Amino acid sequence: MKNKKLQAVIANTAIGVVSLIAIIPILLIVINAFKTGAESSSMGFALPKTFHFDNFSTVIEKGKLGHSFLNSFAYSGISALFCILFSSMAAFALSRNRSRLNRLLYFFLILGIALPLNYFTLIDVMKWTELMNTRAGIIVLYMVTQIPFSVFILFGFIGGVPKELDEAGVIDGCGPVRLYFSVIFPVLQPAAVTVFILAFLNTWNEFLLPLYYLNSAQKWPMTLAVYNFFGQFQQSWNLVSADIILTILPVLIVYLLGQRFIIAGMTSGSVKG
Amino acid sequence: MTRRMYPFYFIAIALAFYVVFTVVPSLMGIYLSFTDWNSYVKTIRFIGLDNYSTIFSSDENYMHGIRNTVVFTVATIVLKTIIGLLLALMVNKGIRLKSFHRVILFMPSVIPMLVVGIIFKSIYDPQYGLINETLRAVGLSSWTQHWLTDIQWAFKSVIAVDVWKGAGYIMVILLAGLQAISHSYYEAADIDGAGVWKKLRYITLPLLMPSLTVTTVLNLLYGLKIFDTVYVLTNGGPGYATDVVYTQVFSQFSLGSYGVGTALITVLFVIMTILGFFAIKLMSREEQG
Repeated sequence: MKNKKLQAVIANTAIGVVSLIAIIPILLIVINAFKTGAESSSMGFALPKTFHFDNFSTVIEKGKLGHSFLNSFAYSGISALFCILFSSMAAFALSRNRSRLNRLLYFFLILGIALPLNYFTLIDVMKWTELMNTRAGIIVLYMVTQIPFSVFILFGFIGGVPKELDEAGVIDGCGPVRLYFSVIFPVLQPAAVTVFILAFLNTWNEFLLPLYYLNSAQKWPMTLAVYNFFGQFQQSWNLVSADIILTILPVLIVYLLGQRFIIAGMTSGSVKG
Repeated sequence: MTRRMYPFYFIAIALAFYVVFTVVPSLMGIYLSFTDWNSYVKTIRFIGLDNYSTIFSSDENYMHGIRNTVVFTVATIVLKTIIGLLLALMVNKGIRLKSFHRVILFMPSVIPMLVVGIIFKSIYDPQYGLINETLRAVGLSSWTQHWLTDIQWAFKSVIAVDVWKGAGYIMVILLAGLQAISHSYYEAADIDGAGVWKKLRYITLPLLMPSLTVTTVLNLLYGLKIFDTVYVLTNGGPGYATDVVYTQVFSQFSLGSYGVGTALITVLFVIMTILGFFAIKLMSREEQG
């Protein structure tokens, strides 16, 4: 019995320490975002003497964060929506009609989870499709990169949706499109929300695609704006910190509100309880 | 009825986008990796295996990138799995504020890698950085290092950042696996008088195998594609100490030598297609099980 208590103490302490390690870098950024330039030059844990909320307005102005925020929001939101629509339609057809061809197509599609993008040749493709340096182009790329994993998750979920629903729909005279949109898609909602949040977060955090395929600062998403800002203001850690906070705040809010879904999404398809 | 109710065009839209923007560039890349393609030539010439012999020649630095990518992937898989497993076991029971810890521990994995890189650039700063400051404050000045510019430490520091970011993610997946294990196994083991270690060895780990497979596969695919963190923290330096395939790809891109760059990606493409194929087989087998 004593042994058990000791174990509990050790475990509680250990996890406390690890949690602290996990949160310290984030706290560090929060504290320094409110300091003056001089105070923040040492990026320490000392609390600011006075809280400089004006750092945030400075950053929004100098870093052109307003633009970038709207860009990121549009890129992530629109690409995630289309991703869900197309992925779930594909997953639905692939899961219901398990012909040999469809099995092959499913593997072919989810192999995309592993494939590295070829950034060089993709430029040519972007030029042919006239999507190079366009907002539409980046949205399409974001959507495409999320499709394989989304199909994988939705395929697993649709496997658990009873086929009787389809039969009922057919008896009521639905065609495939109506069957999908008015019967199946509503049932998919929990999985769809998960996939949406995951796709949204992944694309919000993405950095390489705009680095390669968007050359005008007007069109940059948050990540690229932050990177550029960091390059310009490396010495002013207070501003860099404020900039970082404004970038990750939306992500953290989405995470805290949606953590149930996110965690379910991370684990679905992988573990069947 | 099957074919009529689940028409091919349902699949075709996603498939078409995937083929045009992922598969076609990959196939083009395989061809162009055998050419002298760069941003200065007008006509592209076929040059056989030249780009590949450049990559695999010992005089060049490309092997550093490939080797570092492999070391990074293996090291992060091992460290994240061990730490993630320990955390999952602890969070699973016997801990106060379970959900609080779960939320905190998972948080680093939702922050953009790029941002993580910038934050740790400050933490690793030799003069003002949190790590060296703390070491000095507790009287361990001799332990302070130039974490990102010392050839001995740079790569380890980069790996540590990735472990910081990713361990919570692994924890969450393993936790779901743990919670799916029925209590009756442990009760039976208690009756047989099995200790903590035996339970872990003979019940928990075997039953957790499917989840461990998944986390390993995810880490593997993620590790081989690592770029953002390295790019921000060290950009491959000092020397080639932290160069990975994708930082080299990016430098080739900036230099305009598309042939070599695309050959580098093709090497990675071949490795990942093979690994990906096995990974999918594994994961879909686990799923049916």
